[in-house]
Amino acid sequence: MSAQTKSGAFSGIADALAQVGACGLFLLQILAAIPASFRHFRETVRQVWFTGAMSLVIIMTCGLFVGMVLGLQLYYVLSIFGGTAALGTVVSLSLYRELGPVVTALLFAGRAGTSITAEIGLMRATDQLSAMEMMAVDPLAYVAAPRFVAGVIAMPLLACVFNALGIFGAHLVGVSWLGLDNGTFWSNMTSSVDVWKDVVNGVWKSVAFGAVVSLIAVFQGYTTAPTSEGVAYATTRTVVFSSIVVLALDFVMTAFLM
Amino acid sequence: MSQPGAPTNRSDDALVQVRGLRTVLGGKTIFDGVDLDIPRGKVTAIMGPSGTGKTTLLRHVTGQLMPDAGSIRVDGADVPTLSRSALFDLREKIGFLFQNSALLTDFDVFENVAFPLRQHLKLPEEIVRNIVLTKLQAVGLRGAAQLMPDELSGGMARRVALARAIIRDPMLILYDEPFVGLDPIALNQVLRLIRTLNETLGITSVLVAHEFAAVARVADLVYLIAGGKVVAKGSPDELRDDPSPWTRQFFGGEADGPVPFQYPARDYAADLGFAGGTA
Repeated sequence: MSAQTKSGAFSGIADALAQVGACGLFLLQILAAIPASFRHFRETVRQVWFTGAMSLVIIMTCGLFVGMVLGLQLYYVLSIFGGTAALGTVVSLSLYRELGPVVTALLFAGRAGTSITAEIGLMRATDQLSAMEMMAVDPLAYVAAPRFVAGVIAMPLLACVFNALGIFGAHLVGVSWLGLDNGTFWSNMTSSVDVWKDVVNGVWKSVAFGAVVSLIAVFQGYTTAPTSEGVAYATTRTVVFSSIVVLALDFVMTAFLM
Repeated sequence: MSQPGAPTNRSDDALVQVRGLRTVLGGKTIFDGVDLDIPRGKVTAIMGPSGTGKTTLLRHVTGQLMPDAGSIRVDGADVPTLSRSALFDLREKIGFLFQNSALLTDFDVFENVAFPLRQHLKLPEEIVRNIVLTKLQAVGLRGAAQLMPDELSGGMARRVALARAIIRDPMLILYDEPFVGLDPIALNQVLRLIRTLNETLGITSVLVAHEFAAVARVADLVYLIAGGKVVAKGSPDELRDDPSPWTRQFFGGEADGPVPFQYPARDYAADLGFAGGTA
């Protein structure tokens, strides 16, 4: 490796670490601004609507199809071992523990995260954030904190909807189409799924993913270069970084929550 | 006409005092020892060639940008040393008209103008409505109250931003290029409004502008900044008659003079690939 390549690699690592550090400091600023953001409660509600309710269609559609695919694949695999009765259990555990929070977070990053980054980035580019500062309105409390809080609130709710539609999709395929007994599907599921170990742990994961995706989206928008190219790069970075961090954090949380 | 650097007012008459301002941005020296006073209750214009730091000066006054050296005092407060909350308290007394209007795109014209009132004062809706409509009437846009920012022309957006800047009758208003994009009728009304605000409410105004004809109609004092320093100051009449090469070139619009028209570059002929050019 040439000296120039080494220097470039070190510089890249240093930049990445600096970004992580800046993002951490930004999180502290947002947390400090949350009490002041309660003054803008309507803005937080508006953001919950924008990031949550407006993401429902994509979450419901994807949840349904993920559940249908799971139902189809698992029915085929389980039928090899004569264990199709466990379909409801396997599908629900897969959704509650992993797929629900993770896929919802990835979809949330693509749908809500990108729009948050683009919106804040354009506010930066058009001096709207500076205008707020000049009107003695803290953009951290008025813009950043409500979007961060809204993401933390909306993500677990969306994950629950995703799980519900996923189970419905698996039921549609397993019971309505492939002829599995309806009672077997539900009774095995309810007897095997633990509310605290499976459902609540999944909710915790989705809360953490909501916080991470919202933080990355708001940070990228807030610190973007005030140009159209800068906003485009920031939006891309939101999806890329969110996806990587969600999957890595999923592993860490799974290891601790098991 | 007084000489650049020499104070024209007693310090207690100055709402804004800048001393020894030095600013370096991206390796380029923007200000190199700027001293100026903005007198209370007067209209002061900051003029100078493009890229000379006029907007940067306004950003220093409002604490959006910290200087590398020097002091900036606004109403007695040393801006660079203020805490964030103290800075916000100061900004509540300052109106700022952005070059690109900076209207909030989520809100219509009415809500944009009402924004500072809603954020800082708990006023009955009827009073908010009356204040907002009064300000919109002053800028000739009461009828556009329900329009969204993307439905406004550049000049209209600027007038809405002006209404927003004066909504709380601040002690100091900073206008960054207020005349750009205005038709002659709107320009006339905005000039009259600036003068009226100054005369009736005693508001101190600072204009950053290039249009000397418009500036001459409202400004009591003009600072000409070039090369990182104040190169001339005085009333519009004094500057109009000033024989210094800076004022002659700037107000005469001449390419040759102390302010280079061309950005520093290598030899023109060499750049075009002609023989004989010196690289």
